[in-house]
Formats: sequence, structure tokens, C-alpha cells
Amino acid sequence: MSTTTLSRPSHRAEAPAKSIRRKPTFGIYFIALALVGTIITPIAYIIIGGFRSNAEITQDPAGFPNEWRVENYANVLGSDVFWREVLNSTIAAVATTLAVVVLGVMAAYVLARYQFKGRGALFSVFTAGLMFPMTVAITPLYILVRSLGLMNSLAGVIVPQVAFQLSITIIILVPFLRTIPRELEEAAFMDGCGRLKFFWRMVIPLSMPGVVTVGILAFIASWNSYMLPLFILNNEATYTLPLGVQAFASQYSVDTAKVLAFTSLSMIPALVFFSLFERRIVGGLTGAVKG
Amino acid sequence: MTPTNDSAVKTPVAPVESALGGGDAVASPPPSRGHSRRRWAIRAEIALLAGPALLVFLTFVILPVIIAAYYGFFSWSGYGPATDFVGLRNYIVILQDDAFQSALRHNAIIVVLSLVIQGPIAIGLALLLNRKMKFQSSLRVLIFAPYVISEVVVGTGWSLILASNGALNGMLEKLGLEGLQQDWLSNPELAIWTLMAIITWKYIGFAVILFLAGLQGIPEEITEAAAIDGASYWQIQRRITLPLMGPTIRIWAFLSIIGSLQLFDLVYIVWGQYVAETAGTSTMATYMVSSGRNAGSYGYGNAVAVVIFLISLTVALLYQRFVLRRDTDGAVTGGSDN
Repeated sequence: MSTTTLSRPSHRAEAPAKSIRRKPTFGIYFIALALVGTIITPIAYIIIGGFRSNAEITQDPAGFPNEWRVENYANVLGSDVFWREVLNSTIAAVATTLAVVVLGVMAAYVLARYQFKGRGALFSVFTAGLMFPMTVAITPLYILVRSLGLMNSLAGVIVPQVAFQLSITIIILVPFLRTIPRELEEAAFMDGCGRLKFFWRMVIPLSMPGVVTVGILAFIASWNSYMLPLFILNNEATYTLPLGVQAFASQYSVDTAKVLAFTSLSMIPALVFFSLFERRIVGGLTGAVKG
Repeated sequence: MTPTNDSAVKTPVAPVESALGGGDAVASPPPSRGHSRRRWAIRAEIALLAGPALLVFLTFVILPVIIAAYYGFFSWSGYGPATDFVGLRNYIVILQDDAFQSALRHNAIIVVLSLVIQGPIAIGLALLLNRKMKFQSSLRVLIFAPYVISEVVVGTGWSLILASNGALNGMLEKLGLEGLQQDWLSNPELAIWTLMAIITWKYIGFAVILFLAGLQGIPEEITEAAAIDGASYWQIQRRITLPLMGPTIRIWAFLSIIGSLQLFDLVYIVWGQYVAETAGTSTMATYMVSSGRNAGSYGYGNAVAVVIFLISLTVALLYQRFVLRRDTDGAVTGGSDN
């Protein structure tokens, strides 16, 4: 097995053959298996538990279903509440992602390609944001959002999320934009293409890998965001999925099976989204770490 | 890499700009005006492109800190103007409050344990996943999965698993290990370790992906040369890979420390504000929410925010001064070879 795999050229850009050529041993696979078990078991418990009945769960919390019931899942999928929360979460995540990408690419382009006084300071301002996740700012942020009249609206969640996501976006994008060859820019200018035109025609397409990475990170961050919606959205009609999961879990605290079904359905989108773009995320982080 | 890259970039760009400006100057009569007009155009572009992001960032990331600093001096219920100026009293109360002190202690424990537990495991897993093996890419996806699942889902799931009549105790009973059954969530001697287990499960994938990214930045030639010279796999990892991974590890440690200092979601979801205190898992952030917003004391909550901010800032600055500085030095000197 090892000879065939090794002689075949690696088709994955991020998995070059730099690991020392040593046959994977039994021990390695054992560790890998233990790892898989540790990661999967809790997730499997949530998903499988949704197929059981409460009586079963109470009697034997760690077992498999005697018969696989779909009614918990069907109930959740048939409820307006769930779909309303999916819609709210989707709106918030899509709007956050678009705004972060647009604002982030523009600012990163300036930081990567323009020479001006205060450029270093500007970059430090944005990177400083990485030091302060939303926790510290949440109380005053609530006051700020309230005085802007954005309470109980998705906009009140989206705008601060964009601001807090800008740091990581810019940190990842700047190295990407730096790698665009200088000659390309010069050639474009020679042809009478202005910097802004160059930005739309060349920079955006060429930085797509980085853009996709930061877009995915923004989407997932928004999809999973809990603390900000907890403060801003007090009206159930505006709840996003995380708030919905929590409300559902306390409302049906005796109906464990239903809670498990609701919980597993709410984690599917982020998981699917991530597994589709996993390489992009690794690629983007590689650029950021090296840069 | 950054500074050298800049200077490398700067030199070609200046002639281009002046050449373009010069070109303009030939066409338009007064050379100085064309040049300065072009400078203004560039300034306008910079403002146009970076302005919106900067505005949003300053308003929603930086301004809140200033707002917090202001209201922290008031006793304020959150509605109407804040008039009851109390000076430093909020701060004195915070620092003397046993609940805050134990929250701070829990944060300190979480910071240290996160580094000590996650660091070595993540390095090991990254080395493992960097080797050629079957299912390598599936494993990479899988290990990152918990990081992608929301804190609410993770918290809800784990609290059902770890409840005293939950799946973990059920499984132990099935295996005939009733002796190991525990009250995982509410036993104060155990709860912080339970929290650490959940944190590790949730966040280790991020460390591993970061380390994998760092490993891919290590030139293949170095490890290959060492292998040809007869170095063993472990020698290579210890003498070459790990030192070269230094910068990545230090960045991860920084992010981990900051994250641990601000931990909120998982504790609040699994334990709730009241149980967290008795179980010994409360953090500064859960203290801030329960004694601020939930108690209707926004002045006090803002003061707690300022305290968390100052602690985080101090730690961040110290870390940058004494740990990350080596990396910037390295980048400057090492980068000049490029």
C-alpha cells in the first residue's frame, strides 16, 4: 500500500509529502481510532438520542434506540418555530458574511498594496481587535445598540458581528493580497487601468481563495453566535437558532428526545458548510500563519 | 516577513508612481499640480476603501470600551441618563467581592489548564495528521467538527450526557463501573475538570488546524536532509519541527489565553449563572452578566467589563512584550535572507 500511495503524486496542495516516510504503524491507527471515537461519540449521542423515546432515554441513557422513531425529528421539522429560527439565523449569517467580505477586502487591499503614513498603525488597530472578543464589549455594546434603536432586530446583531469579524478577516486577507504579482498591477496601470478598476477586475478574482476562507469563518461565527443575540434579541420572533435551542431546551426540559432532535438539526448547516470548504479554511489559516 | 516584504514592495512602487506622475506632468502644464492631484486621488482611494471598515470597527469594537469606562463610574439601572456618580465604588466592590475573586481564580485555572492540556495533545495530533495515512483528510475534517458546532449545541449536548442520570453514568453502569459514576456537573471538586474536558473537546480542533498550517510552512528540504543524514522520526520532530513550529505555537497560546480569560458561552449554557458559582466554574464573564445585566445594574456590569478588559490587556501586552517579541525579531532578521 505504501509504495503505491507514495509514488502517486500528491494531488492535494496542502498535503505535500513532507511527512517523514515511515509506514503508519498499528499504534498510529489505534490513536486515530481513539480520536475518532472521542469526537464522534457525543455528536452521535445527540443525533441518535433524537430517534429514541423519552422513556427509553430515562431507562437507559446510553443505549441505542429499540426502534428508530422519526417523530421527534418530524415534529421539529414540522414546527414553524424551527423554520423561523433557521430563517433568522440564515439572514444574519448571510448578511454578516457579505458585509465582512466586502468591507474586509477593501480595507485589506489598502493595507496590502498602498504605501502611506499610518499604514502600520491602521493594521495594528484592526489586529488589536483579535485581543478582545465580544465578551468584554457586550454590556456597553448592548447600550450602544439600544440607543441606535436596533434592539430586537437582526441588524442589531449583524452590524456588531461584522465589526468583530473584521480583525480576523483582515489578518487573513492581507497576506493573500500581497501575493498578487506587482507586475500585474504595473501592467494594468500601463494599460490605463486605475487602481480602483484594477481592484474590481483583478484583485477580487485573484483573492477568491482567501475571500472564501474568511467568508466561511464569518458565516460559521454568525451561525453559532450566542452572547450577542442573547443580549439583543429578547423577542422570540427574532430568535436565531442558538437562542432557539436554548429556549427549546428549557421549555421542554423533560422531553429530552425532542431537545436532542432540535439540537442535532440545528448543527447540521454549519457542519455541512464546513465539510464542503474544509480545505479552504486550512489554506487560509496557512497563509495567515506564514504571513 | 512583513517588514522586508514591505521594503521590497516599496522600492519598485515609488518609481512607478513618480513615473506615472511624471507622465501626467508632461501632458498637463504645471507638474507640481498634477503630482499633488495624484497624491490626493490616492488619499481619497485609501479613505474610500478603508474608511467604511474602520468606521464600523471603531464604532462597535473600540467605542464600547469607552462607553464601559464611562458608565463604570455610575450606579445605573440601564434606563434614563446615568446621574448617580459613584466614583471608584463599583471597582472597590468588584475587587472585594468573593464571587468575583473566585471567578478570577477559575479563569486563571482555565488559562493554565487549557495551555497544558490542549498544547501537547494538539501538537501530537498535528504531527499524526501530517503523516501520510489512510483517511487523513477525513480525520482533519472530523477533528475540526466540534469547533464548528455552536457552543449552545455543545453545551446542551454535554449537559445531557454529563447529568447525574445522563449517558456517561449510564454507560459506566453498563460497563459495570458504577464506582466511577460521578455528579460530573455539580460536584465542586470535579466540575472544573468537566469544564476542561468539554473545552478541550470543543477547541482542540482549532489548535490542531493551526499547527497543521504551521507544519506546512516548514520547508520539506530541511526534514528530508535530516532524514538522509540518518536522523530518526522523533529526532527530526524534536530538533527541527518543534522549534520551527515555535511562532505558530506562541500565536495559538496567545489566542488560547485570551479566549480562556473571556470564556462565557459554555459555562453559561451548561451550568447557568447560579450553578456555575456553587459548582466552581463561574468565570469573570458569567459574573459580569449575572451581576450586571441580569441584576439590572448596568453601571456595575460596565465596571466589571472594564476590569476584564484591563486584565486581558495587561496579559496581552505582557505576552507580546516577553513572548511574541522573539517572533518579530526573528521575522525581521530571518526575513532579510529572502
